[in-house]
Amino acid sequence: MTGFVVRRIGQMALALLGVSVIVFALIHFVPGDPVRTALGTRFDPDVYEALVRRHGLDRPLVIQYFSWLGSALQGDLGVSFRSGQPVTGLVLERLPATLTLAGAALAVALVVGVPLGVVSAVRSGSKLDYIASAVSQVGVSVPDFWAGIMYILLFSLTLGWLPPSGYVSPLVDFTGWLRHLVLPALAVGLVSGSIIFRFVRSAVLEALNQDYVRMARAKGLSRRAVLFDHVLPNAWIPIVTVVGLQLGFLLGGVVVVEIIFAWPGIGRLAYLAVGDRDFTVLQGSVLYIATMFLVINLVVDLLYAWLDPRVRYD
Amino acid sequence: MTEPAAETTVGVVAHRSRLRTTAETVLRNRLAVFGLVILVLLVLVALAAPLIAPYTINQVDVANRLQGPSSQHWFGTDELGRDVFSRVIIASRVSLQVGFVSVGIALGLGVPVGLIAGYYGGRIDSILMRLMDILFSIPAIVLAIAILAALGPDIVNAMIAIGVVYTPIFARITRGSVLTLRDAVFVQAARSIGASDLRIIGNHVFPNVIAPIIVQTSLSLAFAILAEAALSFLGLGVQPPNPAWGRMLSEGRAFFQRAPWMAIFPGLAIFATVFAFNALGDGLRDALDPQQRSIIESRGRS
Repeated sequence: MTGFVVRRIGQMALALLGVSVIVFALIHFVPGDPVRTALGTRFDPDVYEALVRRHGLDRPLVIQYFSWLGSALQGDLGVSFRSGQPVTGLVLERLPATLTLAGAALAVALVVGVPLGVVSAVRSGSKLDYIASAVSQVGVSVPDFWAGIMYILLFSLTLGWLPPSGYVSPLVDFTGWLRHLVLPALAVGLVSGSIIFRFVRSAVLEALNQDYVRMARAKGLSRRAVLFDHVLPNAWIPIVTVVGLQLGFLLGGVVVVEIIFAWPGIGRLAYLAVGDRDFTVLQGSVLYIATMFLVINLVVDLLYAWLDPRVRYD
Repeated sequence: MTEPAAETTVGVVAHRSRLRTTAETVLRNRLAVFGLVILVLLVLVALAAPLIAPYTINQVDVANRLQGPSSQHWFGTDELGRDVFSRVIIASRVSLQVGFVSVGIALGLGVPVGLIAGYYGGRIDSILMRLMDILFSIPAIVLAIAILAALGPDIVNAMIAIGVVYTPIFARITRGSVLTLRDAVFVQAARSIGASDLRIIGNHVFPNVIAPIIVQTSLSLAFAILAEAALSFLGLGVQPPNPAWGRMLSEGRAFFQRAPWMAIFPGLAIFATVFAFNALGDGLRDALDPQQRSIIESRGRS
C-alpha cells in the first residue's frame, strides 16, 4: 500500500507541475503586453513599471516561470493587475462560498442519486425504474445554468419563496444563508444527482448479476442480506469514483451557476478576471481549481485502493 | 492470389452483419430512436434555417418589443422586438457547427495519441498519457475559459478550446481499447508477415477500436454543445449581433420578469439537442459497447 501511495502522490505532483506550466504559459499567449492590456485606459507608467517589476516580467521566461513557481509553492500568487490585492487572499476569500455550495450540492446529489439508483437497480424493469431512468436522462441533459434561471423564475419571481441571488455569511444570518443556498444547490445538485444515479444503478445491476449473488440467494439468504452484505460492498468502488469526480468538479466552482446566482465563489472570480483581463487572478484561480481537482482524485484513488486490494497490486 | 480476395469478402460480410446488428439494436431502443429523430429534425432545421425563419435575425421592431408568444411571433420577441423563434432556429447552426467541429478536433488529436500510446506502450505511452492527464486535471469549462482568455473571445477559438478540452477523453478511450488488442493473434500475424506499424495500426488495430470511439463521439457532442452554450452565455463564444443559444439566455436574464420566453426557449433548444445526443449515445453504447459505462463519461460535464 505504501508503494502505491508514494507512486500515486508522485504522479499527482507531476500533473500539478504540468498544470503550472499551462497556467503560467496562459499569460504569455495573450497577444501584446498583458500588463498594458490589463491596465487598459487606466494606464499609468508608474503602476505599469511597478507591476512589471513585481512579477519580474522583464526577465527571461524560464527564470520567470521558476520564480513564479517558487512563490506559488510558498502561497504567493502575485498581486492582482487591477486592484493590487494579493491573489492568494482573493482566492481564499472565495473559499467559504465555494465550499458551501459544493457541500450542499453534493448532499442533494447523494440524497437523490444513491437511494434511487439502488432501488432502480433492484427493481429493474419496474415502473419506478423506468420513471427514474427517464428523469435522470433529462437531468443529465439540462444545462445547470438554465435550470438555475428557471428556478429563479418559478421560486423567486413568481412564488416569492426564496431570494433570487446573492450570498450572506452564515455567521451573520443563518436562515438567510440557507435561503440563498437552496436554489443554486438544487440547480447543480440535481444534475450531479442524475449522473450519480446512473452510475449507482449500473454498478448495482452489475453486482446483482454476479455468480456470488446467485450463490448467496441459492443459500437462502434474505433479499436484504444479499443486498447489504454482497451486492452493495461490491458496487461501492465505481460509486466512490463517480462521487469523487463530482466533488472535484463542484469544488472547482460551477462557473455559470455562480454567476447566475451572484454567488461569490472561485468560478465567478475566474470569470470576472477574464473580463477584467486580470491575468494573475485568473492564473491563481485556475491553479487553485486544478489543485483541488487533483487532490480529490488522489483521495479517491487511495480510497479505491483501500476498498479494493486488487488496485494496489496492479 | 485468390486468398486476399476471399479474406476481403469475408471481412465485408462480417462488417455488414455487424453494422446491421448494431442498427437493429439501436432501432429497438425507443429512447435512442427518439434521440435520432430529434437530431435529424435539428439538422434539417439548421440547414434550412434561413428559409424557415419567418424574420431575419436582426430585424428590429421596437414597437413590438417584449411581446409574448403569439401567432406572429411563436416564441415572442426580445427587447429590440426581434423574433425569438427566428433567432433560436438560426442559432442552431452555430451550436451544431461548434459541436461537430470541436468534437472533430478532439477526435483528430485524441485518437492518434491513443493509438500511438496504446500500440507502442512503454515510455511513449507514459509521456503521452501523462500529458493527457494534465489536460484532464483542469475542469473542462475552466480550461476552456482560460484558453479563451488567452486567445480572445471568438467562435473559432471557442471550437479550439472545446476541442482541446475533450481530447484526453478520446485518447484514453482509444488507448484502453488498443491495449487489449496489442497482442491479439491477428496483430501478431500482421507483424510476422512484415507489415509496417503504420499499416498494422491503420488496417488492423483502428477498425477494431472504432466502436467505443463512435459511442464517445455522440456523448461528447452533447457535452460540447453544453460547453458552447456555457461559453456563449459568458460572452466568450459567438459575438453579437449573431445569435447563440447561450447568449440569448444571458441577454434574456435582464428581462426575466417581463419576458420569461426570452430565457425559456433558447434553454429548451439546448436541452433538446443535448438530450438527443445523450439518448443516441446511450443507445449506441448498448449496441456497440455494452461493457463501457466509463468514469470518463462522468467527467464530460465537469
